[in-house]
Amino acid sequence: MTQDRTEMSEDDDDNSQSPPLDLRSAAIADHCSSSSSSTPNKSRNCMALNSQTFPDHVLENVLENVLQFLDSRCDRNAASLVCKSWWRVEALTRSEVFIGNCYALSPTRLTQRFKRVKSLLLKGKPRFADFNLMPPDWGANFAPWVSTMAKAYPWLEKVDLKRMFVTDDDLALLADSFPGFKELILVCCEGFGTSGIAIVANKCRKLKVLDLIESEVTDDEVDWISCFPEGVTSLESLAFDCVEAPINFEALEGLVGRSPFLKKLRLNRLVSLEELHRLLLGAPQLTSLGTGSFSHDNAPQSEQEPDYAAAFRACKSVVCLSGFRDLMPEYLPSILPVCSNLTSLNFSYANISPDMFKPIIHNCHRLQVFWALDSICDEGLQAVAATCKELRELRIFPFDPREESEGPVSELGLQAISEGCRNLESILYFCQRMTNAAVIAMSENCPELTVFRLCIMGRHRPDHVTGKPMDEGFGAIVKNCKKLTRLAISGLLTDQAFRYMGEHGKLIRTLSVAFAGDSDMALRHVLEGCPRLQKLEIRDSPFGDVALRCGMHRYYNMRFVWMSACPLSKGCCKDVARAMPNLVVEVIGSDDDDDNRDYVETLYMYRSLDGPRNDVPKFVTIL
Amino acid sequence: MEKVGVYDDELVNLKATELRLGLPGTEEKVSCGKSNKRALPNDTEKDIESTGKTETETASPPKAQIVGWPPVRSYRKNNIQTKKNESEGQGNYVKVSMDGAPYLRKIDLTMYKQYPELMKSLENMFKFSVGEYFEREGYKGSDFVPTYEDKDGDWMLVGDVPWEMFVSSCKRLRIMKGSEAKGLGCGV
Repeated sequence: MTQDRTEMSEDDDDNSQSPPLDLRSAAIADHCSSSSSSTPNKSRNCMALNSQTFPDHVLENVLENVLQFLDSRCDRNAASLVCKSWWRVEALTRSEVFIGNCYALSPTRLTQRFKRVKSLLLKGKPRFADFNLMPPDWGANFAPWVSTMAKAYPWLEKVDLKRMFVTDDDLALLADSFPGFKELILVCCEGFGTSGIAIVANKCRKLKVLDLIESEVTDDEVDWISCFPEGVTSLESLAFDCVEAPINFEALEGLVGRSPFLKKLRLNRLVSLEELHRLLLGAPQLTSLGTGSFSHDNAPQSEQEPDYAAAFRACKSVVCLSGFRDLMPEYLPSILPVCSNLTSLNFSYANISPDMFKPIIHNCHRLQVFWALDSICDEGLQAVAATCKELRELRIFPFDPREESEGPVSELGLQAISEGCRNLESILYFCQRMTNAAVIAMSENCPELTVFRLCIMGRHRPDHVTGKPMDEGFGAIVKNCKKLTRLAISGLLTDQAFRYMGEHGKLIRTLSVAFAGDSDMALRHVLEGCPRLQKLEIRDSPFGDVALRCGMHRYYNMRFVWMSACPLSKGCCKDVARAMPNLVVEVIGSDDDDDNRDYVETLYMYRSLDGPRNDVPKFVTIL
Repeated sequence: MEKVGVYDDELVNLKATELRLGLPGTEEKVSCGKSNKRALPNDTEKDIESTGKTETETASPPKAQIVGWPPVRSYRKNNIQTKKNESEGQGNYVKVSMDGAPYLRKIDLTMYKQYPELMKSLENMFKFSVGEYFEREGYKGSDFVPTYEDKDGDWMLVGDVPWEMFVSSCKRLRIMKGSEAKGLGCGV
């Protein structure tokens, strides 16, 4: 910590710097840091006064009993800033901690501040790492966290990791150290295999949730399903659709049979349709089902073929359906019995044509969340718009994710959705053709939008009808969607689009930019506007040193900034690093970089309470 | 930093005069999954004209794929094509079991250069000690004996053959315990 904060106590320093624990708004941090630096004694005098009427420990007891009911971390962060006493009590009563960037603080700091943590949510790599924009082995290791928590939180119950590197040894340590462990959720993680999963399955006797989601899990040829202990389990959720390894089906059937509390089950594609049928007959209490493979080995006309529709009919409680890997579309109608109950449907791994799709969706009146491939075409989207009036979240992924692909969905689908689904809150839409008119229409028809992510796959594509940039469309989104917190832009965009965003994007927390803008002014608009901006990820855009300097007043109040393939110079990044000592400024190159180059391939910077990390790979330079 | 990018395509003359961002010696390959070297973002077309740039890509033959664009996770890409995930290209993974321990582990033999490193790693992994290796008598000073199954299906004592031969022929490792191990004490 810098010396010029001597006016504030270390506690207050932490408070104003507690952004890593995700303060609700920069305003709170600014307000508190300014107020506590100008009048640190005033608040303490107040407390001193109170302590004359009530002893401190009584006050704190009362406070503890009250604060334990606070769940929301924003409320807790706010409460912790009131004064030292509240900070202390809040730290004692916080049982769930969220850390949005694992490098924003050290594990020791976590265990020193919060003494009774039962649940940890931890995020590691920045999102653009998902798209191969970073070499592997960058970091985000779970090891130091699990080893520190093993000693500090023996009562730990839940770990939820996203984009972390987790090894089998980490999982073994976790299984060994936390006897009451209940929930393991690994999203977009890697570094472990079925051996690690086996250890968790076997040793965590109170396990309720084992969710492996979009993670890379190596096949160690371990029958991990058989590693669950005998007897009735506490399992409520088991998701292993990303585990590309064969499953001992008898063991799975046995496990499901002795898990009376199991509500959520997501199978991998190595579980066949016939096996699914058997499982469903034995688990009618399921509410969320991820099918495995949805195809049949034998000829469809086989007499022995099970009645799949009957199995689904038996599942009266299923409201969430996903999976459908290796889909044979003729089997799709077997899900019809559950369609009218569905609130969530994920077809995003299934290549379904409009003709196969329409009879299904026609029954899904209650659908709120819908993910699919663009193979359903504009026609399919029109069917969604006609039926799914309660739709809140839509994601349309490309079946052919290349720039030159055909693109079966367009502005027509978007327009239809905007007209039919007025309650839409979140949309992710991949397409090849779009118009400003359709985007404007959505901005006007869907005032509840909080997440708008449009990916026009061909870079720099203008409105395909007018030939104009997509500025007006995105401008309308930020102007009309007053609740917008997340925005991803694409297509041909000039600085004007960014002017709109800076001026009207009052609540935007996350902004993703790719191949957009004309000059530094664009980024400047955003950095000088968008008061709530926390996460900024930019690639391949013409923003340089001038733009970077415009944000110096706010980088401490953001979770991170990512800029790759932008014309930044090392010199300027060094200046930023020098001017902002609590900012970690990483320059990430490829494996075969030479240091003399001034070019900054990727800049990734984030605030940190504990300085630069000590596990830096050779392709990363911390300035 | 601007540089004229390297471009195979001679048909589209515009490309040669366009300013673009790219590192020297830029590759034009897509990197995917676990490759150590990643392809560099090869071209960001900087628009010389201020507005209304029309599609120059449409005229050209299939161009190089840009890394990470469109932004679809490889997990999703692989699954739509229902490709079975490739097993690791590099690395020689073998299963290791120890008598009495309930779980298998896997290790990558290419991570080690010689027997001592391997033994140390195994000792750490399974929390045991292997004693000292003697050429004729095998391992002494411990109940545990490290063995491996070779390509021919024979169970051999770890350490008997030169390291390279071991790495190329080892299919799996087993750390034996007690009397069963004694039989293998006399090397091959």
